[in-house]
Order: sequence, then structure tokens, then C-alpha cells
Amino acid sequence: MHLFFSLAAVLVLLILVFIGVDVVGWRYLFGVVIPIATIISFILGMLYRVIKWARSPVPFRIPTTCGQQKSLSWIKAGNLESPHNIWGVLGRMVLEVLFFRSLFRNTKVSLKEGPRLVYGSTKWLWLGGLVFHWSFLVIFVRHFKFFAEPVPAWVMALQNLDGFFQVGLPIIYLTDIAFLAALTFLLLRRLVDPKLRYISLAADYFPLFLIIGIAVTGILMRYFTKVDIVGIKEMAMGWLNLAPVVPAGIGTLFYMHLFLVCCLFIYFPFSKLLHMAGVFFSPTRNLANTNRVKRHVNPWDYSVKVHTYEEYEDEFRDVMKAAEMPLEKE
Amino acid sequence: MYDSGKVITGIIVFLIIITFPVWYNVARGKANYVPELEYPVDTGRCVADSAYIRAYHMDLLNTWRDQVVREGIRVYRAADGRTFEMSLSNTCMNCHQSKENFCDKCHDYLSVSPYCWDCHIDPKELKR
Ligand code: HEM
Repeated sequence: MHLFFSLAAVLVLLILVFIGVDVVGWRYLFGVVIPIATIISFILGMLYRVIKWARSPVPFRIPTTCGQQKSLSWIKAGNLESPHNIWGVLGRMVLEVLFFRSLFRNTKVSLKEGPRLVYGSTKWLWLGGLVFHWSFLVIFVRHFKFFAEPVPAWVMALQNLDGFFQVGLPIIYLTDIAFLAALTFLLLRRLVDPKLRYISLAADYFPLFLIIGIAVTGILMRYFTKVDIVGIKEMAMGWLNLAPVVPAGIGTLFYMHLFLVCCLFIYFPFSKLLHMAGVFFSPTRNLANTNRVKRHVNPWDYSVKVHTYEEYEDEFRDVMKAAEMPLEKE
Repeated sequence: MYDSGKVITGIIVFLIIITFPVWYNVARGKANYVPELEYPVDTGRCVADSAYIRAYHMDLLNTWRDQVVREGIRVYRAADGRTFEMSLSNTCMNCHQSKENFCDKCHDYLSVSPYCWDCHIDPKELKR
């Protein structure tokens, strides 16, 4: 159900482009209005969500550590696993963001003969996730060639590295293969394992299909049915200069690619994809384990009206003295 | 907002990264550049129609390369029956005389660097 709904949603989006561009001829809508609206909505959406998060206090440290906390000087502290200062936190964050360190610790439970319950390490999700995200990043950066004139040397260098083996013509990018392979794995992972299939929702399948759609249309354009990329760059530069142009003769396939990308970026801040910003807000990753070293005060503590013992004694000193009760202060 | 120093730094870094092309183009001042090609005077002699050539010239040249180098076939028969020598330097560049003002224009615009030119040289470029 969730699966077919998501697949159908992406297909409907593609049909929408076909009708809009080929039948009705709304090139300006699909080539200018929607992309510019996407850029604005993406930036505002991200700011909205991030600021909303930042307004929630996180007064106490949540140390999900697997290392020795800083304590006596002769006990070796694990600053990466249980950071006690900013450098430990930075190290943990960098490794988390760039290499998905906590996913590397992923485990799998299985029931072996006996019956015996076995916990084993499983690295496939980590590997698939890493390949997916890194190739996405490289593809994203390579696309700067459409948005920057002259094309920066480092974008060219990345592109040459990606096509290092010079196989095929146009030269096949390694990241294109890696991207497709990783996407296939991530989709199959949800489909093959009944447990995962049970907990997978439309919000899981839809972004997957959307990104698969983007990858497939992109790859078709580059290697199979060509589009006019000179016109596309003119158009893309037009969004940034706010001098929109819609060059004639750009293929529908490009509008499909572009529209799916727009859908992805509009959807982004309001879906699970926001983990891109969320990872920086993970309290279990970004807070040093300083529970004992520092006093952390809850900022939203209600200021309770208290009556301390000293005040109590002051109030009833005479009566207490008369009753010969022990007093702290005479 | 809590930790506003860190959050705002993060937001600024994010904005700088995603608006990179905007300020890069402003700094370089070539945002409105569109490649202008030097077309041959004598048009209509091309081995195929221009729409096909614009999109698929790389495929055509690749096929030519394979046929000449691997199979020793040197004559290309166009759709309308005309025949041409399969040669980038001698056939294509006979009309499109300037690599610099024709080929390179779009290739540079889109950072395409065909490795054909690693071996084949543009005779004009050599003279300079
Ligand atoms: C997150 C967003 C995007 C993703 C994941 C993506 C993905 C891809 C992929 C995988 C390819 C195959 C070739 C390659 O790897 O270079 C491709 C090609 C292409 N993409 Fe995208 N794309 C994105 C955004 C865009 C945008 C915004 C544009 C608009 C300018 C665009 C225009 C193109 C074009 C014109 C091609 C064909 C490239 C060629 O013929 O060399 N893409 N895309």
C-alpha cells in the first residue's frame, strides 16, 4: 500500500510534467516559476525548522557514551566516545556527519539453533548509506557546472576524478553507478526484510522513488537521449541572475528531472530528509558529557516559592526556644 | 533561541554554501555569458542535420573513431547518400575551421573536456 502509493505519486508527478510541458506548453511555469519558488521555499523552510528546533531548550546532557568519562587524572578518558570538551564533541560530530559512525555500530538480532539469541554486527546499511550520501554529494557538486560561469577548477577536477577510468562516451561517472546501486540496495532492504517492510511508510518510499526518478532521468539524459545542455545552463543561470529565460528545444526529459528535483527540495524541510539539519541537533552527539563537572540549570524551571529552614527558624525562634527545641542559630 | 551563537553560525554556513553559485557568479562577472559560435559560411553541407549533430556529435565521432581505427572503414555514407571521409580534422574541421571559436565555446561553458584532443591537434593552434 505505502509502496504503491509512493510509486504512483512519483509517476503522477512525471505525467504532470508531460502534460504541462508537452501538451499545454507551460515551459515558463516548469522552467522558471517552480524552480525559483523551490529555492525560496527550501531556504525559508530550512530556516523555519531549524529555528523552531533551536527554541527548545536542551538543559541536560544525554550521555549515550561507550567510553570512559573524564574523571580522576590517572584514569584514561575516552574523549571521542565520552567527550568532556569541545574538541571531543567536534571529533564525534565530524565522524558522525561524514562517516555515520553510530550507524557503523548497527547490530542485528537473530535466533540461531538451540534456540540461541545472537547479536551480530551488520554493516550493510552503513555501507549502503555511506555510498548513497557520498555519491549524492559528488553529483550535487558536479552540477555546479550548470550554475557557475566559468566552471570552477575544483568542480572540473572532481568531474575528472569521477570519470577517471574514461569508460564509454560520454565518460561514465563512477558516482552514477554507485548512486544507482546504493538506491537499489536501500529500496530492496525495505522490501526484502518482512520486519522492515512492516515499519516502512509512504514517507520512506516516496523520497526513495523520487530520488530514483531523479537519478534515472539524469542518467537517461546524459548517456541515452540527449538534451540541449547549453540551453539548460542558460536557463539555470537565469534563475540565479533573476533574468529568467526559457530557451526553446530543451527536451521534456529535462523538465521531468528538474520537476522531481523541485519536488524533492520543496518536500525536504518538511520530511524525514531534514535529518540533514537534524544530525547537527542530536543531543546525544553534540553535547559534551559534563554532567558532573558543570552545573546545568534547567532554564524553564518554575521559580517555586520556597521557605527554607533558616527562614522557618527565624520565624519561630522564640516559640522553639521556649519549648527547648535545638536551634541551629541561637 | 538557545545556543544562538552556534545555531546562527550554522545557518550562515549553510546559506553561504547553498548560495555559492550566486556570489561566485557576481564575483566573476560572467553571469550573462552565453557562448557565441563561429558558424561556417557555407552551411547545409554537414554530414547530418544540425539538431542531430548538436545532440549526438560525440556519438557520431565515437563511431567514426571505432570504424576507422578498428575496422579500417574510412568512408561515411550520410542518410541522403553523400559520402564523406570519416575524419574529424579533415572533414568536420574543413568547415568548422576554428576549434577555439566553435568546439571550445560550448565545451568550456559546460566543462566538457573531450580527450580526442589529447592526441588530435588543431592545426591552427599548432601554428601559433
Ligand atoms: C539534488 C538534485 C539532483 C540530483 C540528485 C541529480 C542527479 C543527476 C544524475 C545522477 C545525473 C546523471 C549524470 C551525472 O551524474 O552528472 C544528472 C544529469 C543531469 N542533471 Fe541532474 N540532478 C539534480 C539536480 C539537477 C538540477 C537542479 C538541474 C538543472 C540545471 C539538473 C540538470 C541535469 C542535466 C542537464 C543532466 C544531464 C547532464 C549531462 O548531459 O551531462 N540536475 N542529474
